[in-house]
Formats: sequence, C-alpha cells, structure tokens
Amino acid sequence: MDATILGLLIADGITSGVIYGLLAITLVLVFTVTRVLFVPMGELLMYAPLTYALLVDHKLPGSLWLGAAFLVAWGVLDLLGGARRAGLFPFAGAAVLVGFGTWAASTGSPALAWLLAVGVVVLMGISTYRLFFEPIPHASVLTYLILSLGLHFVLQGLGLVFFGPEQYRIAPLLPGEAQLGPVPLPRQNFAVYGLALVWVLALYGFFSRSLYGKALLACAINRRGARLTGIRIRDAGRVAFTLASLICALGGMLLAPLTNAAYFMGFIPSLKGFVAAVLGGLVSYPLAAVGAILVGTLEAFSAFYASAYKEAIVFALLLPILFVQSLRTLEIGGVEE
Amino acid sequence: MIRWILLGLAFAAIPFLPPFYLTLLNFMAISAVVALGLYLLTGLAGMSSFGQAAFMGLAAYTTAIATTRWEWSPWTSLIVALALCGLAAVVLGSVTVRLKGHYLPLATIAWQMALSILMGNLVSVTGGHGGISEIPALRLGPLSLRDPREYGFLTLGCAVLLALACAQLASSRMGRALRAARGDGVVAASFGVNLPLIRLQVFVLAALYAGLAGWLHAHFLRFVNPQPFGLEASMRYVIMAVAGGVDRIGGVFLGTGLLTLLGSWLQDILPVLFGRTAQYEVIAYGLILAGILLLAPRGLWPFLEAYLPRHRPPLISGHTLPAPPTPIPRSEVLLEVRNLTKNFGGLVAVNGISFAVHRGEVVGLIGPNGAGKTTCFNLITGLYPPTRGEIRFAGHLISGRPPFFIHPLGIARTFQQPHLFGEMTVLENVALGTYSRTRSGMLACLVGWDKLRGEEQAALAEAYRALERVGLAHLAHEKAGKLPLAQQRLLEIARALASSPQLLLLDEPAAGLRAREKQELAQLLRRLAEGGTSILIVDHDMDLIMGLVDRVVVMHYGEKLAEGAPEGVQRNPRVLEAYLGLPVEVAG
Repeated sequence: MDATILGLLIADGITSGVIYGLLAITLVLVFTVTRVLFVPMGELLMYAPLTYALLVDHKLPGSLWLGAAFLVAWGVLDLLGGARRAGLFPFAGAAVLVGFGTWAASTGSPALAWLLAVGVVVLMGISTYRLFFEPIPHASVLTYLILSLGLHFVLQGLGLVFFGPEQYRIAPLLPGEAQLGPVPLPRQNFAVYGLALVWVLALYGFFSRSLYGKALLACAINRRGARLTGIRIRDAGRVAFTLASLICALGGMLLAPLTNAAYFMGFIPSLKGFVAAVLGGLVSYPLAAVGAILVGTLEAFSAFYASAYKEAIVFALLLPILFVQSLRTLEIGGVEE
Repeated sequence: MIRWILLGLAFAAIPFLPPFYLTLLNFMAISAVVALGLYLLTGLAGMSSFGQAAFMGLAAYTTAIATTRWEWSPWTSLIVALALCGLAAVVLGSVTVRLKGHYLPLATIAWQMALSILMGNLVSVTGGHGGISEIPALRLGPLSLRDPREYGFLTLGCAVLLALACAQLASSRMGRALRAARGDGVVAASFGVNLPLIRLQVFVLAALYAGLAGWLHAHFLRFVNPQPFGLEASMRYVIMAVAGGVDRIGGVFLGTGLLTLLGSWLQDILPVLFGRTAQYEVIAYGLILAGILLLAPRGLWPFLEAYLPRHRPPLISGHTLPAPPTPIPRSEVLLEVRNLTKNFGGLVAVNGISFAVHRGEVVGLIGPNGAGKTTCFNLITGLYPPTRGEIRFAGHLISGRPPFFIHPLGIARTFQQPHLFGEMTVLENVALGTYSRTRSGMLACLVGWDKLRGEEQAALAEAYRALERVGLAHLAHEKAGKLPLAQQRLLEIARALASSPQLLLLDEPAAGLRAREKQELAQLLRRLAEGGTSILIVDHDMDLIMGLVDRVVVMHYGEKLAEGAPEGVQRNPRVLEAYLGLPVEVAG
C-alpha cells in the first residue's frame, strides 16, 4: 500500500464516516428526546434525493403523495381527538404540498425541486412521529423499536413503488475535483464536511444557548422532571423529529451526487449510524461522531482488503463495542426505569 | 380439555389435507417453533431479538453443508447445528445482557446483517445466492420423511412438544424469575435471581428453538438459500409473535397461523391488484405490525381468550419446602454494619453508620425523611455497592456483593412502595420468594422435572403457607394488581417470608395501614421474632416501633444519632431535637 492509496482510503473513510456521523447524531437526538430508535432514518435520507431526481425529470413522485397522505391522516386524528385549534392546518399543508409539487414538476426547476425534496422529508419525519409514536406515549423502548422497524419496511417498500429499482445520480452542488496532496477529492465532499460542521456547531449552540434546546435536553435527561417544569414532551418530540429529518434530508441531498441514490440504499448507513451511536452509549454526540469516523475508516480499509465482507466486518465491530460498554456498567443487569 | 381435542384434530387432519395446505402447515409449524422461542424471550423475559432468522440460517446451512459435502447423518448435523447456534447466542448474549434492554435487539440486527452478508457472499462455502440443493431427506429408522404429509407429523409434533416445554417453563420457578426480571429487575435480583445469567440462558434457548426450526426448514425444502434467513424474515417472526400476543402460547400459534395464511394470500392477491411484483407484502407486514402495536398492543389473543374456558387454579396441598437449618445460638451477632458510607455524587446519603442486629432481635431504624434509612437497606441488600465501610452477615462479608448473592444467605426485604407484579397472581408473587430455596434450572423446568420431583408443588405450598401467615390465603388466585395498598404491603411481607429469611428488612410496612391492621402486623412480627427471625424495621409510626422493637437506631442526615432501648432513645435530647427541631433542655 502506498501513500496515495492510504490517503484515498482515509479520505473515503472520513467521507462515509461523516455521513454515518450525521445519521448517528440524528439517531441520538431522536432517541434521547423521545426514546425512539428511529431505524427508518436511512429511508428518509434516501427519499430526499430520489424525490429531487423525479421532480427535475418532470415527474410527480409518490413521496409527495405519501407526505400529503400523512398530513391528511394527521388532520383527521386531530379532528377525532377534538383539537381545539388549527384542525384544518394539516389539510391545507397537504394541498399546498401537492399543488407546489405539481408546479415544480411542470417547471423542472432544480431550485424548486431541492426545496420541495427537503421539505417533504421534513414533513414526513414529523408526521411519522405524530401518527405512529405520539398515540402511545408510555410505550417501552422495545415497543418503539419494533414499531420503527416496521416503519422501515413500509418506507423501504414504498420507496420501491415510488422510485423503482433504478439508481439515480443527481448533479453535485460543487462540481469537479480538488487535489489534496496526492489525493484527488471530489469538491462535493467538502459540501458534506461543511454541512456536518455546521450541524455540529448549530446543535451545540442550540443545546447550550437556547431555552428551547435546554428544554429538549431536559426531556432527554429526565422526562418526568421536564414535564413537571412545564415542558411539553410531545412538542419536544416534534422538534426532535423535525431537526432530525432536516439533517437527514440535507445529508441525503449532499451525499447522493457522490454515491448515487436508490430506495434500498438508506438502511445500511442507518444501521452503521446505530453502530457509531452505540459507541457513545446512544446518548453522547461527540462519542457518536468519533464512532462514526471510526466506522467509516474501518469500512474503507476492509473494502480494500475484503470488499465482499466489508459490511459484515463493520457489524462485527459492534461486539467489542458492546463488550466494553458492558464492562463499564455497574447495574445489576439492564434495569430500566 | 378443549385444547387437547383441537390438537388431536390437527394431527388427524394431516393425512387428508391437500398438498398446498400441507406445505403451508409445515411452514406454519416451523414458524411456530421460531415464534415459541420469541414467546420465551419476549413474552416471558421481555427481551427482543431481530436475529432469529439468522440462527435458523446458521443451523440450516450447517446441516446443508454437513449432509451434502461430508455426507453426515442429518441427526448428527442437528446436534452440531444446535451447538453452533448456542455458541453464537452465548457470544451475542454475554456482551448485551448487562446492558439496557435495547442493546440486545440492536446487536441482533447487526448479527443478522452480518450473517446475511456471509450467506450471500461466501460463495465457496454457502453457494452464494444460488444456495445449496440436494439436501438429503430425513430418515427415521425405515421411514423416509420425503413427503410433506409425513414431514407434517414431524414439524407439528416438534411445535407441540416445544409448546408444552414452554408451558412447563412458564409455570416454574424459572418462568416466575423471567417474568419478574421483565417486570422489575430490582425485585427479581432482591429475591436471588441472577438477572444477566437467566437473560443469557433464555436468549440461548430462543436461539436453539430457531436453530431447530432452521434444521427442519432445510430438510423440508431440501434446499437452502439466503432469502428466508434475512432481516425481513426475522422481522416476520417478531410480527407473528406480537400480532397473536407474544405473552401467551396460544397467541403465538394464532399469530403464526394468521400471518402464514395472510402471507400466502397476499402473495397471490397483491400482484393482481397492483400489477408489478414489488415488495407489497413487506409494506403490508409493516402496516399490520404498526396497526397492532397502536390499537391492540397485547395482540389478538386476548380477544379470543375471553371465549375460552378459564384455567382452573392449581390445587395447593402437600409438603412445603424443607426448612433451612436455623443455627440455635441466640444473641449472636447476625448482621454487622461497620462505618458504612454511601455517596451519590456530592450527596452523602449514609455517613459512617455502624450498628448490629443480633439473632432473634427486632431493631427499629428510625429517623426523619431523607435520613438515609432506605439507602441503608439498599446497601445491606446489595442494590448499591457502598462507598466505604463493610457489612457482615452470619460470618460472610457481603458489602459489594450483588443482591442475588446476598439474598440466599438469608436476608429478605420489603419495599417502601410495594414492588409487585400486577399481572401475576398473589400466589405467584409470593412463590417468587421461594426462588433461592429451590434448585431446578432452566432445562429441568423446561422438561417439567421440577414438577416430577415435587419441588414446584412444595414451593407453591410454601407460598400458600406464607399467605396464610399474613392472612391473604383467600386471595391466592387473584391478580396482585387488584389488591388495595394495605394488602399489597402484607403480600410483600408474605413474599419475603416465603424465602424463610434469617433477617427480615421491612421498609415502612405500616404506612397506609389502619389501626387494626397495624395491630395484626405487630402480632405477626412478634410471632416471627419469637420463632427466631431477626427483623430490621423502618417506620414512622412510633407507637408501632416502640412497642415492637428491642432496640432503636436513630439516623439523621445519614449519620447515627443515637442507639439503644426504646425508652432511653425517646428521652435522648438529640433525638428530640432532630424530630421536633427544638433544642431541649434535659436536666442531668
């Protein structure tokens, strides 16, 4: 192995590590606030570029209809639950989504498509929470996990229906390559790094400076205590899902030019995000980010030596990580409050 | 009775079923074996796994390779396949059982993905996506199980036998321990259950069930490929179990039957409805799962169970458990606490406490709220390790040891807030107390050996006797969750008594009791003390305490304020100051 290959592998590892890191951070964010291990995060990540690809191709993608359907279901649930105000808001949102989508598809404008692709994923993320998790606020972590795996299958299956089995390549924001020492790197990589950096800083600021962020943290640390001080756990969950799906949508838009996008390509990165997040005990952002870079690098190197088994090697990494976690714990055996 | 008739009909129907339904029946029975493993894992122990299909795959590929390449007998390969599944489960389980509940499912997903990738890519060993064909049919002596008809007897027989084993386990001491571990790990550990160990055992057991199913699958189709052993399949087994009702054996069968039928029906109907053969079944499965979790979280079985004849409660009779040998010498030091200190971060909850309890003595531990009394109990019973100091019990150094080590030595406790299992009957709750006096392990319970030896009946008789002592015997078969608070406290005491403790720790047993109930409680405790049981009691009812105890230890802000006979302590100025907040002048 020479320096160029080494450099390439490391750069490759860092790029995928950053993506896993974005996923890991969103998973930790959602988990700490809502106790949901949201497996379909990867599907949301893929829905954004796929929606974009169809829109610029003058097609109205099914994901817009799904988003609209979710919003309608939200509105119906609110009406059935006797919501006091804004009962019609979700219906209007659904209409706007479809109308806007039709217009964007007819013009095929990339800017409009970009906006809509990100918007629909965010709407989908938050309404998934509203429809499937809010109705059972006291369920166990395990129930939520089973539910979110079920949703993974629904979203992945629908992905095939909406977008077909093809892989799409979308135009990069930053075309061309940069030369970093001996290593040629696509400029788009830097967009991904930049996004990750901005997000980490923004989340840091949000959680340490803003009251809303602190309220979210309070929910993460002690739900009952947070509720007693007047924080609405439900709203905190919605904010967490909104932020998380926004990170995912943007991540997907920046990633797709580098790796293509297809309906089935979200799940594995999402699992690797979990592997990284587990390193931080599913609660620590910095450790999750470090874990993600580790996972990405390990994957790049195992791809070089044993490409067919690179995924298997990454998943096997979970065992030693869990082993270390299990040594650190002094509990009498996984007692959950 | 009705269950047995239905079962007989199922077997009698096998020869008459048309081939399509025979195949379906075989798949149903094989799936039921996997789902029964999930009944043990999720239904009893509250753990979950998304890697059961991977265990199936491991067993199926093991037997496929061994019988086709090395021409082993399928029966030999069954043993090897199960051993491999067990080994994989031990590795996966041992790194996760100490952690919070959601790590196990995550680990099993990773294991499932890794194994799927290996099955697909390790072409030289597994034949890749093409799989391995021409697996020999099973032979049972002169009988060749080639036909789905004959094979149906085997698969259904396996499912029924394993279901019986599940039922045996569920109604045994291990079953109680598993359900207790799911409901409240602190209580389970306090009554001698080694949580990580039994979690590991039940995970291995579930993996073995899946392994057997994989082996049955391989020799039924006589062909293996990666597809039926992927994450999707694992997910489907979870859905089957959860849809039917994972905490009932009947529910598991119901879910398996419905989902297998639904699956074959969806495969026929969905492509007709939607044209393209996309993953419509998968979408449907996901939606079914979400719907059930949202609308009927306990599955469909409870709706059906309402129409079934109720189980008659078991008759309680016969011998109780042999009493543990009680050492005679009275007034010997039983529990000795020396310099005990516990810090929670910066908070010193207990600070340098020392006291002793002698055999047959009743000691009151009193003090204002927040004095550290309950923390003391938690330290003695091993829920927390102490920061400093040591605790000795009957000659053993117990500080820093886990609860499941300390309890069997003869310390039992009650909790300030009753920690009962509302879904279990009163008798079952109390029977958990006999856990450390009984010996049958997971396997013995699975085959019903504990009942053949009479141990389980003796444990129930012992529990019943403990209920009689606290006056709750008439409620033995009620659900514990239905009892009012006072009776729940008595139930807690009965559970502790069932373990025949040398030292009983009672945390505010009289709180919420009426005057008459308090008198009865005091009488009960006096009888216990006369019988040689030492008691350490925390309560705020001074009439009860002072009339009952031999000695009092007073705690204040984590420190020992006073100790001695009740009369002396009642006049102690420092005690009066702590309780009444006034400096009191006492002459002489």
